[in-house]
Formats: sequence, structure tokens, C-alpha cells
Amino acid sequence: MKCSEFLTELTSYLDGVLDEKTKADLENHLSWCHNCYVVCDTTKKTIEIYRDSQLYELPEDLRSRLRSAIMTKCQQQKKRGPQSV
Amino acid sequence: MGAIQNKVVGPVSEELTLVQAAKRGDDSAFEELVRRYDRNVFRIAQHITQNREDAEDVVQEAFLKAYSNLAQFQEQSKFYTWLVRIAVNEALMKLRRRKPERTVSLDEEIKTEDDSLPREIADWSPNPEQQYTQAELREILSKTIQGLPPGFRTVFVLRDVEGLSTEETAAALELSVPAVKSRLLRARLQLRERLGRYFQRRENGNGKSGEVKTGDAPSGDGNQ
Repeated sequence: MKCSEFLTELTSYLDGVLDEKTKADLENHLSWCHNCYVVCDTTKKTIEIYRDSQLYELPEDLRSRLRSAIMTKCQQQKKRGPQSV
Repeated sequence: MGAIQNKVVGPVSEELTLVQAAKRGDDSAFEELVRRYDRNVFRIAQHITQNREDAEDVVQEAFLKAYSNLAQFQEQSKFYTWLVRIAVNEALMKLRRRKPERTVSLDEEIKTEDDSLPREIADWSPNPEQQYTQAELREILSKTIQGLPPGFRTVFVLRDVEGLSTEETAAALELSVPAVKSRLLRARLQLRERLGRYFQRRENGNGKSGEVKTGDAPSGDGNQ
């Protein structure tokens, strides 16, 4: 496997959806190509950091205000009868 | 090095029961659906709009639209995927209104030059996120993802932050599966490249460098 081929398969590898043969070829490539190993490792870390970051968490007080506003509007909508919003 | 693990949103069968009850007019069932997904919708909306007030509006508008159109929901897909599609459309509309000078569309032609090919191959420090406080890290992550085109960051957020499958992401965004895969790869690689400026292993080995401040977003990052 060449470096360009590794890059094509990287997303499927990280998602765990590669067939066994391609996965073995890719892991063999990673065992000797340091640059691709670093790209693979840091891409995986990028995903994990974003996934675990709790970026843009909805604070409980705002959450409850929004939910209450949503339900009030839904009930008003119900009284008016079906129509497009 | 193995595959990444995705977050899992609540069981589908419970979701369907709630949807069917809501369709029969049970508002408490709909409220339960709001409770179940409001945080996800808010996160997606803020990632796309990069604006908190807009994200709050999107949450309200998306749920209200779902409520009003619940009878049209066919139950062939997951309610959550349907809701995400509504929320993404609402968020993109907000973005268009705020930035009329820019084309904002998931279908826009994204330049195909090799802007995602790794240029910076330096390794990162072990546990790079621990070099920064939570607030600094959030600022770095927020500025970094802002630099991606909306079509890229939306795919990244749905797949990698919210844990939708490739097929669900394609359905929610009305894109083909190959388009989702291609955008996801490029989004991941671009984010990796940009984060590397903050997380690279330093020569002196002490991790955090005084030269890199979160306020100094590399050029091209941050578009507001």
C-alpha cells in the first residue's frame, strides 16, 4: 500500500468498516511508514478530542427555558389547527 | 490503533413509541422527545451557525416544525435523523441570513485542490488536550472548527461528534454516501492539521508553549 492509498482508506479504517485484507495491508503500511502512522494517530485524537470536548453543552437553565417556550408554542399551534409553520 | 467508538443515542423502539403517542396528540410524549434530543440539536445548531442566539432559535424552530409536521413523518427512518435534517436546514438558513455575501449550501462546490493533504506530519504531545485549561481548549476547538466550510463541519459534527452513521448523515443532509465519506475525510484531515499548531510536541519537551495562545488563531481560522 502506498501513502496515497492509505489516505483514501483512512476514514473507513478509523470507522472500523474496512475488510480484513485492506485492514491488514493498511496496518502493515503503518508499521513501517512513520508519517502515515502519525497522521492516523493524530486524526484519531482529533476526532476523540472533539467528541469528548463537551463543546456547546446546553446549560440546564437555558434548556428548561427553551423546552418551556417550545411546548407553549406547540400548544398555541395546536389551538390554531394544522398549518405550516 | 483501532477504530473510534461512537456515542449511541437512546433506543429506537422507545423513540417510535414516543413518536406514535405524540402523533395521537400526547404532548407529554413530544416533550419527552424534546428532552431526549434538545442537547444534540443545540450542539449541531451551534456548530453550524457558530452563534449562540441563532442556535437557541434553531432549537425552538426545529422542534416546532417537527411538531407541526409530525403527521408527515413516515416512520421509515429514525425520528432523530428526520429532526436533524430539519435542524440543519434551519441552521443553514440562519447562516445565509447572517452572511448573505457568502454562498452557504451543503451542495456548494467545494474546491477540490489538495487542501486536505497532510503537510504537517509532526507528532503531537501525549494527551495534548491536557496542556490547556478546559476554557482554553474549548476556545481552540471552537476557533478551529469555525475555519472549515459549513458543508465540511456539518458532516464532521453529525458523524464524529453526534455519532450518526454515514448512511444516517447522508439521509439527514440529503447527500450521497460517497459525498459524506469524501467530506468527512477532508474535514478530519483539515481539523487535524489546524489542531496540530496547538498540540505539536515541542522540542523542549515541556508541552505547553508560551508562543501559542488561544487568541492567536492561525490565519484562516475563525470567520467572525
